[in-house]
Amino acid sequence: MIVTDQIHRILTDSREATFEKLKKQASDVTRQYFGRTISLYAPLYLGNYCENNCVYCGFSSHHKIPRTRLNDAELHKEMNVLSKQGIQNILILTGESDRMTSVNYIKNAVTIARQYFPNVSIEIQPLLTDEYSQLIKAGVDGLAVYQETYDREIYDTVHVSGKKKDYNYRYETPERAAHAGMRSISMGILLGLAPPVEDVIALFQHLRFMEKIYPGVEYSLSFPRIVPVEDMDYQPIKVSDDLFVKIICLTRILFPRVGINLSTREQPAIRDDMLSLVTRMSAGSSTLVGGYTHIREGEPQFDIHDHRSVKEIVQLLKDKNYDPVFTEWRCLHEVSGLRV
Amino acid sequence: MQSLIIDNFEIQNRLLIGTGKFQNKYDVRESIIQSGSQVVTVAVRRIDLERHEENILEYIPDGVKLMVNTSGARNADEVIRIARLAKECGYGNWIKIEVIDDSKYLLPDNQETIRATELLVKEGFVVFPYVSADLYVARELVKVGADTVMPLGSCIGTNQGLKAEEFIQILINEIEIPIIVDAGIGCPSHAAKAMEMGADAVLVNTAIATADNAPNMAKAFSKAIEAGRLAYESGIPDSQNIASASSPLSHLLS
Repeated sequence: MIVTDQIHRILTDSREATFEKLKKQASDVTRQYFGRTISLYAPLYLGNYCENNCVYCGFSSHHKIPRTRLNDAELHKEMNVLSKQGIQNILILTGESDRMTSVNYIKNAVTIARQYFPNVSIEIQPLLTDEYSQLIKAGVDGLAVYQETYDREIYDTVHVSGKKKDYNYRYETPERAAHAGMRSISMGILLGLAPPVEDVIALFQHLRFMEKIYPGVEYSLSFPRIVPVEDMDYQPIKVSDDLFVKIICLTRILFPRVGINLSTREQPAIRDDMLSLVTRMSAGSSTLVGGYTHIREGEPQFDIHDHRSVKEIVQLLKDKNYDPVFTEWRCLHEVSGLRV
Repeated sequence: MQSLIIDNFEIQNRLLIGTGKFQNKYDVRESIIQSGSQVVTVAVRRIDLERHEENILEYIPDGVKLMVNTSGARNADEVIRIARLAKECGYGNWIKIEVIDDSKYLLPDNQETIRATELLVKEGFVVFPYVSADLYVARELVKVGADTVMPLGSCIGTNQGLKAEEFIQILINEIEIPIIVDAGIGCPSHAAKAMEMGADAVLVNTAIATADNAPNMAKAFSKAIEAGRLAYESGIPDSQNIASASSPLSHLLS
Protein backbone atom coordinates (compact mmCIF):
# COMPACT_ATOMS: atom_id res chain seq x y z
CA MET A 1 0.00 0.00 0.00
CA ILE A 2 1.29 3.46 -0.80
CA VAL A 3 0.84 5.63 2.27
CA THR A 4 0.60 8.96 0.52
CA ASP A 5 0.55 11.24 3.55
CA GLN A 6 3.76 9.66 4.88
CA ILE A 7 5.49 10.07 1.52
CA HIS A 8 4.33 13.65 1.43
CA ARG A 9 5.66 14.31 4.91
CA ILE A 10 9.04 12.71 4.28
CA LEU A 11 9.61 14.49 0.98
CA THR A 12 8.72 17.88 2.44
CA ASP A 13 10.56 17.39 5.73
CA SER A 14 13.54 19.73 5.60
CA ARG A 15 15.33 18.41 8.71
CA GLU A 16 18.85 17.23 8.07
CA ALA A 17 18.46 14.32 10.49
CA THR A 18 15.49 12.90 8.55
CA PHE A 19 17.47 13.19 5.34
CA GLU A 20 20.45 11.36 6.81
CA LYS A 21 18.25 8.58 8.20
CA LEU A 22 16.53 8.23 4.85
CA LYS A 23 19.84 7.97 3.00
CA LYS A 24 21.21 5.42 5.45
CA GLN A 25 18.14 3.19 5.27
CA ALA A 26 18.00 3.40 1.48
CA SER A 27 21.66 2.57 0.98
CA ASP A 28 21.40 -0.36 3.41
CA VAL A 29 18.45 -1.74 1.47
CA THR A 30 20.26 -1.26 -1.85
CA ARG A 31 23.29 -3.10 -0.54
CA GLN A 32 21.19 -5.96 0.77
CA TYR A 33 19.26 -6.51 -2.45
CA PHE A 34 21.80 -5.53 -5.10
CA GLY A 35 25.13 -5.78 -3.29
CA ARG A 36 27.90 -3.52 -4.45
CA THR A 37 27.16 -3.81 -8.14
CA ILE A 38 26.08 -1.28 -10.76
CA SER A 39 24.87 -2.28 -14.20
CA LEU A 40 26.06 -0.18 -17.10
CA TYR A 41 24.27 0.58 -20.34
CA ALA A 42 24.57 3.06 -23.15
CA PRO A 43 21.89 4.92 -25.06
CA LEU A 44 22.00 4.96 -28.85
CA TYR A 45 19.94 7.52 -30.73
CA LEU A 46 18.71 6.22 -34.06
CA GLY A 47 16.85 9.30 -35.18
CA ASN A 48 15.38 12.60 -34.07
CA TYR A 49 12.25 12.84 -36.19
CA CYS A 50 9.32 13.63 -33.98
CA GLU A 51 5.66 14.26 -34.58
CA ASN A 52 4.95 15.55 -31.09
CA ASN A 53 5.13 19.15 -30.01
CA CYS A 54 6.29 19.08 -26.41
CA VAL A 55 7.37 22.35 -24.85
CA TYR A 56 10.28 20.89 -22.86
CA CYS A 57 12.03 18.71 -25.44
CA GLY A 58 14.89 19.38 -27.85
CA PHE A 59 13.48 16.98 -30.43
CA SER A 60 10.02 18.60 -30.39
CA SER A 61 8.43 19.05 -33.80
CA HIS A 62 8.24 22.82 -33.35
CA HIS A 63 12.03 23.13 -33.28
CA LYS A 64 13.52 23.89 -36.65
CA ILE A 65 16.49 21.56 -36.32
CA PRO A 66 18.07 19.24 -38.86
CA ARG A 67 16.23 15.90 -38.75
CA THR A 68 17.97 12.69 -39.47
CA ARG A 69 18.05 8.96 -38.88
CA LEU A 70 20.83 6.42 -39.14
CA ASN A 71 21.06 4.09 -42.12
CA ASP A 72 22.27 0.49 -41.85
CA ALA A 73 25.93 1.31 -42.42
CA GLU A 74 25.80 4.03 -39.79
CA LEU A 75 24.04 1.74 -37.33
CA HIS A 76 26.83 -0.82 -37.71
CA LYS A 77 29.44 1.87 -37.21
CA GLU A 78 27.88 3.30 -34.07
CA MET A 79 27.20 -0.09 -32.54
CA ASN A 80 30.66 -1.33 -33.32
CA VAL A 81 32.20 1.60 -31.46
CA LEU A 82 29.95 1.12 -28.43
CA SER A 83 30.46 -2.61 -28.32
CA LYS A 84 34.25 -2.18 -28.46
CA GLN A 85 33.99 -0.03 -25.35
CA GLY A 86 32.59 -3.06 -23.56
CA ILE A 87 28.94 -2.03 -23.57
CA GLN A 88 26.59 -5.02 -23.67
CA ASN A 89 23.28 -3.45 -22.70
CA ILE A 90 22.07 -0.96 -25.22
CA LEU A 91 19.06 1.35 -25.11
CA ILE A 92 17.85 2.29 -28.56
CA LEU A 93 16.13 5.67 -28.70
CA THR A 94 14.22 7.62 -31.29
CA GLY A 95 11.93 10.61 -31.36
CA GLU A 96 8.31 9.66 -31.76
CA SER A 97 7.62 9.37 -35.45
CA ASP A 98 5.56 6.49 -36.83
CA ARG A 99 6.52 7.69 -40.28
CA MET A 100 10.30 8.13 -40.10
CA THR A 101 11.24 5.72 -37.33
CA SER A 102 8.48 3.19 -37.88
CA VAL A 103 8.16 -0.21 -36.25
CA ASN A 104 9.82 -1.75 -39.31
CA TYR A 105 12.72 0.70 -39.16
CA ILE A 106 13.22 -0.04 -35.47
CA LYS A 107 12.87 -3.77 -36.01
CA ASN A 108 15.68 -3.64 -38.53
CA ALA A 109 17.85 -1.65 -36.12
CA VAL A 110 17.17 -4.18 -33.36
CA THR A 111 18.18 -7.04 -35.64
CA ILE A 112 21.47 -5.27 -36.31
CA ALA A 113 21.92 -4.43 -32.62
CA ARG A 114 21.57 -8.09 -31.68
CA GLN A 115 24.73 -8.79 -33.69
CA TYR A 116 26.65 -6.61 -31.24
CA PHE A 117 24.80 -6.71 -27.92
CA PRO A 118 23.26 -9.54 -25.87
CA ASN A 119 20.67 -7.19 -24.39
CA VAL A 120 18.66 -4.59 -26.31
CA SER A 121 16.08 -2.19 -24.89
CA ILE A 122 14.03 0.48 -26.59
CA GLU A 123 12.78 3.96 -25.78
CA ILE A 124 10.59 4.88 -28.73
CA GLN A 125 7.04 5.99 -29.47
CA PRO A 126 4.40 3.96 -27.62
CA LEU A 127 3.23 1.01 -29.71
CA LEU A 128 0.39 -1.46 -29.82
CA THR A 129 0.66 -4.88 -28.22
CA ASP A 130 1.26 -6.79 -31.45
CA GLU A 131 3.90 -4.27 -32.50
CA TYR A 132 5.72 -4.90 -29.22
CA SER A 133 5.41 -8.62 -29.91
CA GLN A 134 7.16 -8.11 -33.24
CA LEU A 135 10.01 -6.22 -31.61
CA ILE A 136 10.36 -8.80 -28.83
CA LYS A 137 10.62 -11.45 -31.51
CA ALA A 138 13.36 -9.40 -33.18
CA GLY A 139 15.30 -9.43 -29.89
CA VAL A 140 14.06 -6.61 -27.66
CA ASP A 141 14.08 -7.45 -23.95
CA GLY A 142 13.36 -4.10 -22.34
CA LEU A 143 11.19 -1.03 -22.75
CA ALA A 144 11.53 2.43 -21.26
CA VAL A 145 8.42 4.57 -21.39
CA TYR A 146 7.84 7.55 -19.15
CA GLN A 147 4.51 9.14 -18.43
CA GLU A 148 6.48 12.41 -17.95
CA THR A 149 3.82 13.70 -15.54
CA TYR A 150 0.70 12.21 -13.99
CA ASP A 151 -0.88 15.64 -13.62
CA ARG A 152 -3.45 15.50 -16.41
CA GLU A 153 -3.82 19.26 -16.74
CA ILE A 154 -0.11 19.92 -16.96
CA TYR A 155 0.29 16.91 -19.24
CA ASP A 156 -2.22 18.44 -21.59
CA THR A 157 -0.52 21.84 -21.50
CA VAL A 158 3.05 20.71 -22.12
CA HIS A 159 2.12 18.25 -24.84
CA VAL A 160 0.78 20.73 -27.33
CA SER A 161 0.08 18.40 -30.23
CA GLY A 162 0.86 14.98 -31.64
CA LYS A 163 -0.02 11.47 -30.55
CA LYS A 164 1.62 12.04 -27.20
CA LYS A 165 -1.21 14.36 -26.28
CA ASP A 166 -3.32 11.28 -25.53
CA TYR A 167 -2.64 10.74 -21.81
CA ASN A 168 -4.46 7.44 -21.55
CA TYR A 169 -2.75 5.86 -24.54
CA ARG A 170 0.60 6.63 -22.97
CA TYR A 171 -0.49 5.53 -19.49
CA GLU A 172 -1.53 2.13 -20.81
CA THR A 173 1.74 1.58 -22.68
CA PRO A 174 3.49 -0.45 -19.95
CA GLU A 175 0.46 -2.75 -19.84
CA ARG A 176 0.54 -3.31 -23.60
CA ALA A 177 4.25 -4.06 -23.49
CA ALA A 178 3.93 -6.40 -20.50
CA HIS A 179 1.04 -8.16 -22.19
CA ALA A 180 3.27 -8.72 -25.23
CA GLY A 181 5.86 -10.37 -22.95
CA MET A 182 8.41 -7.60 -22.40
CA ARG A 183 10.97 -8.79 -19.85
CA SER A 184 11.83 -5.47 -18.28
CA ILE A 185 9.98 -2.18 -18.18
CA SER A 186 11.31 1.14 -17.01
CA MET A 187 8.79 3.75 -15.94
CA GLY A 188 9.33 7.30 -14.83
CA ILE A 189 8.48 10.94 -14.59
CA LEU A 190 10.25 13.96 -15.94
CA LEU A 191 11.03 16.00 -12.85
CA GLY A 192 10.35 19.68 -13.36
CA LEU A 193 7.07 19.45 -15.26
CA ALA A 194 4.67 19.25 -12.32
CA PRO A 195 4.79 19.49 -8.52
CA PRO A 196 7.20 16.62 -7.87
CA VAL A 197 5.75 15.08 -4.71
CA GLU A 198 2.34 14.39 -6.26
CA ASP A 199 3.96 13.06 -9.39
CA VAL A 200 6.20 10.69 -7.43
CA ILE A 201 3.20 9.33 -5.53
CA ALA A 202 1.28 8.81 -8.76
CA LEU A 203 4.25 6.98 -10.30
CA PHE A 204 4.48 4.71 -7.25
CA GLN A 205 0.78 3.91 -7.59
CA HIS A 206 1.20 3.16 -11.28
CA LEU A 207 4.10 0.81 -10.49
CA ARG A 208 2.15 -0.98 -7.72
CA PHE A 209 -0.68 -1.50 -10.19
CA MET A 210 1.72 -2.94 -12.78
CA GLU A 211 3.36 -5.22 -10.18
CA LYS A 212 -0.02 -6.69 -9.31
CA ILE A 213 -1.13 -7.48 -12.84
CA TYR A 214 2.27 -8.32 -14.36
CA PRO A 215 4.37 -9.65 -11.46
CA GLY A 216 6.96 -11.33 -13.67
CA VAL A 217 8.22 -8.14 -15.30
CA GLU A 218 11.49 -6.70 -14.02
CA TYR A 219 10.66 -3.09 -13.24
CA SER A 220 12.90 -0.10 -12.90
CA LEU A 221 12.23 3.56 -12.31
CA SER A 222 13.87 6.68 -13.66
CA PHE A 223 13.67 10.23 -12.41
CA PRO A 224 15.24 12.39 -15.10
CA ARG A 225 15.32 16.09 -14.28
CA ILE A 226 14.61 18.43 -17.16
CA VAL A 227 17.81 19.68 -18.69
CA PRO A 228 16.84 22.69 -20.81
CA VAL A 229 18.31 22.81 -24.30
CA GLU A 230 19.44 26.09 -25.79
CA ASP A 231 16.75 28.46 -27.07
CA MET A 232 14.12 26.78 -24.97
CA ASP A 233 11.50 29.13 -23.58
CA TYR A 234 10.07 26.60 -21.18
CA GLN A 235 10.84 27.23 -17.53
CA PRO A 236 10.72 23.99 -15.55
CA ILE A 237 9.91 23.77 -11.83
CA LYS A 238 13.19 23.55 -10.00
CA VAL A 239 13.82 20.22 -8.29
CA SER A 240 16.68 20.59 -5.81
CA ASP A 241 19.46 18.05 -5.47
CA ASP A 242 18.23 17.22 -1.97
CA LEU A 243 14.68 16.53 -3.11
CA PHE A 244 16.02 14.48 -6.00
CA VAL A 245 18.09 12.32 -3.66
CA LYS A 246 15.14 11.97 -1.26
CA ILE A 247 12.93 10.73 -4.09
CA ILE A 248 15.50 8.10 -5.00
CA CYS A 249 15.85 7.03 -1.34
CA LEU A 250 12.13 6.73 -0.86
CA THR A 251 11.81 4.69 -4.03
CA ARG A 252 14.43 2.27 -2.82
CA ILE A 253 12.78 1.81 0.58
CA LEU A 254 9.28 1.30 -0.82
CA PHE A 255 10.41 -0.87 -3.74
CA PRO A 256 13.50 -2.74 -2.51
CA ARG A 257 13.98 -4.90 -5.60
CA VAL A 258 13.10 -2.37 -8.26
CA GLY A 259 15.96 -1.07 -10.38
CA ILE A 260 16.74 2.63 -10.26
CA ASN A 261 18.38 4.22 -13.29
CA LEU A 262 20.59 7.27 -13.27
CA SER A 263 21.38 8.99 -16.53
CA THR A 264 24.26 11.15 -17.69
CA ARG A 265 21.92 14.12 -17.49
CA GLU A 266 23.08 14.42 -13.92
CA GLN A 267 26.31 16.10 -12.87
CA PRO A 268 29.25 13.76 -12.14
CA ALA A 269 29.29 14.79 -8.47
CA ILE A 270 25.65 13.77 -7.93
CA ARG A 271 26.18 10.54 -9.88
CA ASP A 272 29.17 9.64 -7.75
CA ASP A 273 27.26 10.43 -4.55
CA MET A 274 24.39 8.22 -5.52
CA LEU A 275 26.30 5.02 -6.20
CA SER A 276 25.00 3.51 -2.98
CA LEU A 277 21.37 4.05 -4.07
CA VAL A 278 21.05 3.35 -7.77
CA THR A 279 21.48 0.11 -9.66
CA ARG A 280 21.88 1.13 -13.28
CA MET A 281 23.85 3.91 -14.90
CA SER A 282 24.39 5.00 -18.44
CA ALA A 283 28.00 5.47 -19.40
CA GLY A 284 29.79 7.13 -22.27
CA SER A 285 26.46 8.53 -23.36
CA SER A 286 25.72 10.64 -26.36
CA THR A 287 22.25 12.09 -26.95
CA LEU A 288 23.11 13.01 -30.53
CA VAL A 289 22.03 10.92 -33.48
CA GLY A 290 25.29 9.37 -34.66
CA GLY A 291 27.02 10.83 -31.62
CA TYR A 292 29.50 8.02 -31.05
CA THR A 293 31.07 8.27 -34.48
CA HIS A 294 30.31 11.95 -35.11
CA ILE A 295 28.69 11.11 -38.41
CA ARG A 296 25.98 13.71 -38.18
CA GLU A 297 25.75 17.32 -37.14
CA GLY A 298 22.72 18.00 -35.02
CA GLU A 299 21.03 19.07 -31.85
CA PRO A 300 20.87 16.75 -28.87
CA GLN A 301 17.58 15.82 -27.18
CA PHE A 302 19.03 17.24 -24.00
CA ASP A 303 22.50 18.18 -22.84
CA ILE A 304 24.36 15.63 -20.80
CA HIS A 305 26.50 16.64 -17.86
CA ASP A 306 28.61 13.57 -17.33
CA HIS A 307 31.00 13.24 -20.25
CA ARG A 308 33.22 10.55 -18.77
CA SER A 309 34.01 7.57 -20.97
CA VAL A 310 32.93 4.00 -20.22
CA LYS A 311 36.48 3.27 -19.14
CA GLU A 312 36.49 6.19 -16.72
CA ILE A 313 33.15 5.17 -15.22
CA VAL A 314 34.38 1.60 -14.78
CA GLN A 315 37.50 2.85 -13.01
CA LEU A 316 35.44 5.14 -10.80
CA LEU A 317 33.20 2.24 -9.77
CA LYS A 318 36.16 0.04 -8.99
CA ASP A 319 37.85 2.79 -6.99
CA LYS A 320 34.71 3.10 -4.91
CA ASN A 321 34.46 -0.66 -4.42
CA TYR A 322 31.62 -1.32 -6.83
CA ASP A 323 31.59 -4.08 -9.37
CA PRO A 324 30.53 -2.77 -12.79
CA VAL A 325 28.12 -5.24 -14.39
CA PHE A 326 27.99 -5.33 -18.17
CA THR A 327 26.04 -8.51 -18.70
CA GLU A 328 22.64 -8.58 -17.03
CA TRP A 329 20.66 -10.72 -19.34
CA ARG A 330 21.13 -12.20 -22.75
CA CYS A 331 18.43 -12.61 -25.31
CA LEU A 332 17.83 -16.33 -25.71
CA HIS A 333 16.20 -16.33 -29.11
CA GLU A 334 19.06 -17.90 -31.00
CA VAL A 335 19.53 -20.65 -28.42
CA SER A 336 17.64 -23.73 -29.38
CA GLY A 337 14.77 -24.49 -27.05
CA LEU A 338 11.69 -26.57 -27.07
CA ARG A 339 8.23 -25.41 -26.32
CA VAL A 340 7.27 -27.13 -23.12
CA MET B 1 32.34 -36.34 9.17
CA GLN B 2 30.51 -37.91 6.30
CA SER B 3 31.00 -36.56 2.82
CA LEU B 4 28.12 -35.62 0.60
CA ILE B 5 28.31 -37.35 -2.76
CA ILE B 6 26.46 -35.92 -5.74
CA ASP B 7 27.05 -37.23 -9.24
CA ASN B 8 30.17 -39.05 -7.97
CA PHE B 9 31.63 -35.75 -6.77
CA GLU B 10 32.69 -35.87 -3.14
CA ILE B 11 31.74 -32.78 -1.16
CA GLN B 12 33.43 -32.48 2.20
CA ASN B 13 32.74 -28.80 2.72
CA ARG B 14 28.99 -28.40 2.80
CA LEU B 15 28.94 -24.66 2.13
CA LEU B 16 27.92 -23.81 -1.42
CA ILE B 17 28.57 -20.21 -2.44
CA GLY B 18 26.62 -17.95 -4.78
CA THR B 19 28.67 -15.39 -6.67
CA GLY B 20 26.31 -12.43 -7.17
CA LYS B 21 26.42 -9.04 -5.43
CA PHE B 22 30.15 -9.07 -4.54
CA GLN B 23 31.97 -5.73 -4.69
CA ASN B 24 34.66 -7.26 -6.87
CA LYS B 25 35.60 -10.60 -8.34
CA TYR B 26 38.72 -10.86 -6.24
CA ASP B 27 36.47 -11.13 -3.17
CA VAL B 28 34.56 -13.95 -4.84
CA ARG B 29 37.78 -15.86 -5.27
CA GLU B 30 39.02 -15.13 -1.76
CA SER B 31 35.68 -16.15 -0.24
CA ILE B 32 35.85 -19.50 -1.99
CA ILE B 33 39.45 -20.06 -0.96
CA GLN B 34 39.04 -18.90 2.64
CA SER B 35 35.93 -20.99 3.22
CA GLY B 36 37.17 -24.07 1.40
CA SER B 37 33.87 -24.25 -0.48
CA GLN B 38 33.93 -26.87 -3.23
CA VAL B 39 30.82 -25.90 -5.18
CA VAL B 40 29.93 -22.43 -6.45
CA THR B 41 27.03 -21.23 -8.50
CA VAL B 42 27.26 -18.60 -11.24
CA ALA B 43 24.34 -17.10 -13.15
CA VAL B 44 24.66 -17.80 -16.86
CA ARG B 45 23.21 -14.37 -17.53
CA ARG B 46 26.18 -12.81 -15.78
CA ILE B 47 28.83 -14.74 -17.70
CA ASP B 48 30.52 -12.65 -20.33
CA LEU B 49 30.44 -15.19 -23.15
CA GLU B 50 31.91 -12.94 -25.80
CA ARG B 51 35.23 -11.65 -24.53
CA HIS B 52 35.97 -8.59 -22.39
CA GLU B 53 37.87 -8.21 -19.19
CA GLU B 54 37.11 -9.94 -15.95
CA ASN B 55 35.12 -12.99 -16.75
CA ILE B 56 33.82 -14.21 -13.39
CA LEU B 57 34.82 -17.78 -14.24
CA GLU B 58 38.49 -16.86 -14.27
CA TYR B 59 38.21 -16.09 -10.57
CA ILE B 60 36.98 -19.52 -9.56
CA PRO B 61 39.85 -21.61 -8.21
CA ASP B 62 40.82 -24.85 -9.91
CA GLY B 63 39.11 -27.94 -8.61
CA VAL B 64 36.01 -26.07 -7.51
CA LYS B 65 32.85 -27.47 -9.04
CA LEU B 66 30.85 -25.02 -11.11
CA MET B 67 27.08 -25.17 -10.87
CA VAL B 68 25.57 -22.67 -13.28
CA ASN B 69 22.17 -21.27 -12.44
CA THR B 70 19.28 -20.11 -14.56
CA SER B 71 18.62 -16.85 -12.72
CA GLY B 72 16.45 -14.63 -14.90
CA ALA B 73 14.43 -17.48 -16.37
CA ARG B 74 10.69 -16.95 -16.11
CA ASN B 75 9.52 -20.32 -17.36
CA ALA B 76 10.73 -23.83 -18.13
CA ASP B 77 11.42 -22.96 -21.76
CA GLU B 78 13.89 -20.26 -20.78
CA VAL B 79 15.52 -22.65 -18.32
CA ILE B 80 16.10 -25.17 -21.09
CA ARG B 81 17.62 -22.52 -23.35
CA ILE B 82 19.94 -21.26 -20.61
CA ALA B 83 21.00 -24.79 -19.70
CA ARG B 84 21.80 -25.65 -23.31
CA LEU B 85 23.70 -22.42 -23.78
CA ALA B 86 25.79 -23.20 -20.69
CA LYS B 87 26.48 -26.72 -21.88
CA GLU B 88 27.46 -25.55 -25.36
CA CYS B 89 29.87 -23.08 -23.77
CA GLY B 90 31.50 -25.87 -21.78
CA TYR B 91 30.32 -24.99 -18.28
CA GLY B 92 29.55 -28.56 -17.34
CA ASN B 93 26.27 -30.25 -16.58
CA TRP B 94 25.52 -29.17 -13.02
CA ILE B 95 22.62 -26.80 -13.10
CA LYS B 96 20.66 -25.00 -10.45
CA ILE B 97 17.18 -24.31 -11.74
CA GLU B 98 15.74 -20.96 -10.79
CA VAL B 99 12.40 -20.11 -12.36
CA ILE B 100 11.06 -16.86 -11.02
CA ASP B 101 8.10 -15.06 -12.46
CA ASP B 102 7.59 -12.65 -9.61
CA SER B 103 9.93 -9.71 -9.41
CA LYS B 104 8.64 -8.47 -6.05
CA TYR B 105 9.21 -11.50 -3.80
CA LEU B 106 11.38 -13.56 -6.16
CA LEU B 107 9.54 -16.72 -5.15
CA PRO B 108 10.15 -19.74 -7.39
CA ASP B 109 7.51 -21.12 -9.73
CA ASN B 110 7.42 -24.70 -8.47
CA GLN B 111 5.36 -26.13 -11.32
CA GLU B 112 7.64 -24.74 -14.02
CA THR B 113 10.63 -25.93 -11.99
CA ILE B 114 9.31 -29.48 -11.95
CA ARG B 115 8.75 -29.37 -15.72
CA ALA B 116 12.22 -27.98 -16.35
CA THR B 117 13.77 -30.58 -14.05
CA GLU B 118 12.13 -33.41 -15.92
CA LEU B 119 13.40 -32.14 -19.27
CA LEU B 120 16.94 -31.38 -18.10
CA VAL B 121 17.29 -34.74 -16.36
CA LYS B 122 16.42 -36.36 -19.68
CA GLU B 123 19.15 -34.30 -21.33
CA GLY B 124 21.73 -35.58 -18.87
CA PHE B 125 22.05 -32.61 -16.53
CA VAL B 126 22.66 -32.94 -12.81
CA VAL B 127 19.77 -30.90 -11.53
CA PHE B 128 19.51 -28.77 -8.40
CA PRO B 129 16.01 -27.31 -8.37
CA TYR B 130 15.31 -24.26 -6.19
CA VAL B 131 11.75 -24.46 -4.84
CA SER B 132 9.47 -23.59 -1.97
CA ALA B 133 9.67 -26.08 0.89
CA ASP B 134 6.68 -28.20 -0.07
CA LEU B 135 6.47 -31.94 0.37
CA TYR B 136 4.42 -32.64 -2.76
CA VAL B 137 6.75 -30.56 -4.90
CA ALA B 138 9.77 -32.33 -3.45
CA ARG B 139 8.25 -35.75 -4.08
CA GLU B 140 7.48 -34.80 -7.65
CA LEU B 141 11.07 -33.64 -8.12
CA VAL B 142 12.33 -36.97 -6.85
CA LYS B 143 9.99 -38.73 -9.24
CA VAL B 144 11.27 -36.84 -12.29
CA GLY B 145 14.90 -37.48 -11.38
CA ALA B 146 16.22 -34.40 -9.57
CA ASP B 147 19.58 -34.91 -7.88
CA THR B 148 18.74 -32.68 -4.90
CA VAL B 149 15.95 -30.47 -3.60
CA MET B 150 16.84 -26.90 -2.69
CA PRO B 151 14.13 -25.43 -0.49
CA LEU B 152 14.29 -21.74 0.35
CA GLY B 153 14.92 -20.78 3.96
CA SER B 154 13.15 -17.48 3.34
CA CYS B 155 12.81 -15.11 0.39
CA ILE B 156 16.02 -14.54 -1.61
CA GLY B 157 18.21 -11.77 -0.31
CA THR B 158 16.18 -11.09 2.81
CA ASN B 159 18.61 -12.52 5.40
CA GLN B 160 15.53 -13.66 7.34
CA GLY B 161 16.88 -17.13 8.11
CA LEU B 162 14.79 -20.27 8.34
CA LYS B 163 11.26 -18.91 8.10
CA ALA B 164 10.30 -22.19 6.44
CA GLU B 165 11.90 -24.28 9.18
CA GLU B 166 9.00 -26.67 9.87
CA PHE B 167 8.50 -27.42 6.20
CA ILE B 168 12.21 -27.89 5.55
CA GLN B 169 12.28 -30.35 8.47
CA ILE B 170 9.50 -32.32 6.81
CA LEU B 171 11.56 -32.53 3.60
CA ILE B 172 14.62 -33.63 5.56
CA ASN B 173 12.53 -36.33 7.26
CA GLU B 174 10.79 -37.61 4.17
CA ILE B 175 12.92 -37.02 1.08
CA GLU B 176 15.74 -39.42 0.34
CA ILE B 177 17.81 -37.21 -1.99
CA PRO B 178 20.02 -34.42 -0.57
CA ILE B 179 18.27 -31.34 0.82
CA ILE B 180 20.28 -28.17 0.29
CA VAL B 181 18.86 -25.11 2.00
CA ASP B 182 19.10 -22.12 -0.30
CA ALA B 183 18.11 -18.44 0.03
CA GLY B 184 17.43 -16.22 2.98
CA ILE B 185 20.30 -17.48 5.15
CA GLY B 186 21.42 -14.27 6.85
CA CYS B 187 24.13 -15.30 9.29
CA PRO B 188 26.23 -18.32 10.24
CA SER B 189 23.89 -19.35 13.07
CA HIS B 190 21.04 -19.76 10.55
CA ALA B 191 23.25 -22.08 8.53
CA ALA B 192 24.32 -24.00 11.62
CA LYS B 193 20.67 -24.45 12.55
CA ALA B 194 19.83 -25.86 9.11
CA MET B 195 22.68 -28.33 9.40
CA GLU B 196 21.68 -29.35 12.94
CA MET B 197 18.23 -30.08 11.54
CA GLY B 198 19.84 -32.52 9.13
CA ALA B 199 20.09 -30.53 5.92
CA ASP B 200 22.81 -31.91 3.65
CA ALA B 201 24.28 -28.55 2.68
CA VAL B 202 23.56 -24.83 2.63
CA LEU B 203 23.93 -22.34 -0.21
CA VAL B 204 24.80 -18.78 0.80
CA ASN B 205 25.24 -15.69 -1.31
CA THR B 206 23.92 -12.32 -0.05
CA ALA B 207 25.08 -12.71 3.54
CA ILE B 208 28.64 -13.32 2.37
CA ALA B 209 28.71 -10.97 -0.61
CA THR B 210 27.37 -7.94 1.25
CA ALA B 211 29.43 -8.40 4.44
CA ASP B 212 32.11 -5.80 5.12
CA ASN B 213 34.67 -8.57 4.91
CA ALA B 214 33.29 -11.19 2.54
CA PRO B 215 36.14 -13.74 2.73
CA ASN B 216 36.02 -13.78 6.52
CA MET B 217 32.25 -14.13 6.50
CA ALA B 218 32.57 -17.06 4.10
CA LYS B 219 34.98 -18.66 6.52
CA ALA B 220 32.56 -18.07 9.40
CA PHE B 221 29.78 -19.77 7.43
CA SER B 222 32.01 -22.70 6.64
CA LYS B 223 32.81 -23.21 10.32
CA ALA B 224 29.16 -22.88 11.35
CA ILE B 225 28.10 -25.41 8.74
CA GLU B 226 30.81 -27.82 9.82
CA ALA B 227 29.76 -27.42 13.47
CA GLY B 228 26.10 -27.94 12.63
CA ARG B 229 26.84 -31.04 10.61
CA LEU B 230 29.12 -32.52 13.24
CA ALA B 231 26.45 -31.91 15.88
CA TYR B 232 23.82 -33.58 13.70
CA GLU B 233 25.98 -36.62 13.08
CA SER B 234 26.82 -36.78 16.78
CA GLY B 235 23.15 -37.00 17.74
CA ILE B 236 21.79 -33.88 19.37
CA PRO B 237 20.21 -34.66 22.76
CA ASP B 238 16.65 -33.49 23.37
CA SER B 239 16.44 -30.19 25.20
CA GLN B 240 15.15 -30.08 28.77
CA ASN B 241 13.35 -27.16 30.28
CA ILE B 242 15.59 -26.99 33.35
CA ALA B 243 15.54 -23.22 33.55
CA SER B 244 11.85 -23.17 34.34
CA ALA B 245 11.01 -21.96 37.86
CA SER B 246 7.82 -23.97 38.06
CA SER B 247 7.49 -27.69 38.45
CA PRO B 248 7.03 -29.56 35.14
CA LEU B 249 3.85 -30.95 36.63
CA SER B 250 2.33 -27.68 37.80
CA HIS B 251 0.44 -26.99 34.61
CA LEU B 252 -1.36 -30.29 35.04
CA LEU B 253 -2.63 -29.26 38.43
CA SER B 254 -3.82 -25.71 37.76
